[in-house]
Amino acid sequence: MSAKQRKKKPVPTAVKEKEQITAKLIPIYIMGKRYEVPEGLTIMKAMEYAGYVLVRGCGCRGGTCGACGTVYRKPGDYKLQVALACQKTVEPDMYLAQIPFFPANRAAYEFAGLTAAPEEVFRLYPELFRCVACNSCTKACPQGVEVMDAVSALKQGAIAQAAQLSFDCIQCGLCTSRCFGELAQYHMFQLVRRIYGARIVPRAEHLADMVKAGNEGRYDRCLDELKRAKEDDLKKLYQNREIEPVEAGEDWKPKDTRYL
Amino acid sequence: MSYLGYPDFFKPYIKKVEETRPARLEKRRKGEEFPFMSLQQREEMLKYHPDYKEEGRREIRVGPSKGYRVAHEFVDLLEAKSRVDPNKVDLSRIDYETDVLVIGGGGAATVAALIAEENGAQVLMATKLRHGDANTMMAEGGIQAAVKREKDSPYYHYLDVLGGGHFKNDPDIVAAFVKQAPDALQWLESLGVMFSKFPDGRLDAMHGGGTCRKRMHYCADLSGMEIMRTVRDEARNRKNIKVLEFCPAVELILNEHGQCAGAVLYNMETKEYLVARAKAVILATGGSGRLHIQGFMTTNHYGATADGIVLGYRAGVPLSFMHTVQYHPTGVVFPEQIEGWLITERFRTEGADVLNVHGEKFVNEREPRDVESARFIKECLDGKGVPTPTGKVGIWLDSPMLDILHGEGRVRTAFVGKWKVYDRLGIDISRAPMLVNPTLHYQNGGLKDNAECETVVPGLYVSGEVTGGLHGENRLMGNSLMDIVVFGRIAGRNAAIFAREEAREGELTLKHVKAYHKELKEAGVTTDRIAPILLPDYTTPEVKEKQLTVS
Repeated sequence: MSAKQRKKKPVPTAVKEKEQITAKLIPIYIMGKRYEVPEGLTIMKAMEYAGYVLVRGCGCRGGTCGACGTVYRKPGDYKLQVALACQKTVEPDMYLAQIPFFPANRAAYEFAGLTAAPEEVFRLYPELFRCVACNSCTKACPQGVEVMDAVSALKQGAIAQAAQLSFDCIQCGLCTSRCFGELAQYHMFQLVRRIYGARIVPRAEHLADMVKAGNEGRYDRCLDELKRAKEDDLKKLYQNREIEPVEAGEDWKPKDTRYL
Repeated sequence: MSYLGYPDFFKPYIKKVEETRPARLEKRRKGEEFPFMSLQQREEMLKYHPDYKEEGRREIRVGPSKGYRVAHEFVDLLEAKSRVDPNKVDLSRIDYETDVLVIGGGGAATVAALIAEENGAQVLMATKLRHGDANTMMAEGGIQAAVKREKDSPYYHYLDVLGGGHFKNDPDIVAAFVKQAPDALQWLESLGVMFSKFPDGRLDAMHGGGTCRKRMHYCADLSGMEIMRTVRDEARNRKNIKVLEFCPAVELILNEHGQCAGAVLYNMETKEYLVARAKAVILATGGSGRLHIQGFMTTNHYGATADGIVLGYRAGVPLSFMHTVQYHPTGVVFPEQIEGWLITERFRTEGADVLNVHGEKFVNEREPRDVESARFIKECLDGKGVPTPTGKVGIWLDSPMLDILHGEGRVRTAFVGKWKVYDRLGIDISRAPMLVNPTLHYQNGGLKDNAECETVVPGLYVSGEVTGGLHGENRLMGNSLMDIVVFGRIAGRNAAIFAREEAREGELTLKHVKAYHKELKEAGVTTDRIAPILLPDYTTPEVKEKQLTVS
């Protein structure tokens, strides 16, 4: 009924954040139901155009939060494909449904007690070794993360490599939805990134040094001075502050060291 | 046909950028900068900023900041009724009981929950979307802290914060912030946040707009996401932190002693209103970009609808610095699919020029955000913006310079998130520039609190974007991620202590909501508006006119 009759002529898009644009309408099937939407819209905006008010399946709208995992199929193709609704542009006749939540297994652990020994990861996620290296996870990843390579690295105990390879993971769970071995890759990767960041990468000594100086009250007096300073004096201090050049290396030092 | 992935329409304009590029690169290499504006020049330039458009705001007629002029979109929410009839909520039927109730699910809320739990409290987090669906997740640039003693100190961080905020910031809050920032950074390091570091563990850092020292630390171009997912992971390990998703708070509950003692929650899926009783409450609901102030596009996540402002204000907390809103200078104008999308300031701090239609520089690319945005708007008003085939106008951000300055592949590795999204749209931003313009980014002001995150309501703590004072009239890059960590920790600790030592048993009440309704009526506000709105409404008028269910 309505969809087709209502939208014969080009119409403005759904979204307030856009000025009105006009575009050709194309059919899409949201959970099997046909709607006509302007081409060029993302799946998310197309759903809103169709009249959906999203509660689940919508988060940052910018491809970083992983809330809007979506599965779709195109006509004449048996293959199920996955994408983020906020990133993927609609295509004519695509059949789609969102996967806003995925009940994947996440191990609970006490981080303070964990070491960088890979065996601890193996103990928390024994299903890691169910991976058959089919690469479905990598194919599913909307971020282009080499998911299977990261899993393989982890199987070999290479925590650093697994952490680095998985850094772009947005935890949408699409890899898990396609995994033959029932792995929750994104939860495992979260664990190894934390182990890597806290146990393998050296701590910043200068940071510890600064924290100590602050705790000893080294800056209390100069901050009190600033808190009491008049606006005009602050402006002078501000305008005269020495600016570290953009191109300066790590060894750059300011001339004025009174407030360091 | 296309040129470097852009429609042919842009070809002559991109050519101009390419023509001027070698000379601009030469200047970069010599360290020649486009001159920064003086404070006076900045002030002049700010007249072009949307905050300075008087027709964009009006006085609030009710509440603790009555008479304060803020954006119409905020006033509309403050001059609105509660979502529930306060007489109908049965406060004797408690659905959830906890020591500390944390409202919100982003960085500030999660950090606060962790620290409250560490201080012995049972914590309940009530969040509107999923845990972690928040602007924190989207922050890309980095996190500021003065941590290299040989060249930087909290003193300089303080001056930078004030300069950015027009010297109007709350001095106590700023001092607490710069002083505790290093410790907060170390805490994140201990939780396993993967900061970009040198092989010896030394933190890599760069400038942000308005910084005098390179103190912006980062995690590739996904700093906020890395911090958010790490603290969320830690929260998930804590047995005494429970999370209720899709259950936003719609009113605060006070008790007969005037203490904040819980909130009315709304299950967005079953549409039930539920009562959560707590001994202390932390409001950390974030910002408001989805109000689309003055019709601007936004970088904010879906739930950024100023809920906390409405709740806190009705309970008696005044507003602070709500007259200013931050427009990030570099939101995408074209291609349409990613319009409004944030392009991190780091492109500019690494040396990408901003250019007008003639391929000329017209501003230093590292002015504070409000000044930079105002300058962009002026350039476009002067007819020197780059037109788009969709009838808009923008400014070039010359990203390909970074590959030339820092080595082939720099854009692709240091800005992998951006590169990928553009690549999907057929544009290689290590070869072609990006077209940008200001986009609604951050709520500079918010609920008034002090350096201890206390409000005028005992037992009600606030932290993060929902507060006002730290950033004054304009926030600097890298200070929001640090804001949520420093003040999330303070709020968490103080709320736990309050719950243990000061909270009193007493009858729960929504009297403040009834009084607010009365005040609206007396002020002559007649409206059907209800607030908080919880989600923006992007339904088309065509659909709306057929949604005829009687209400």
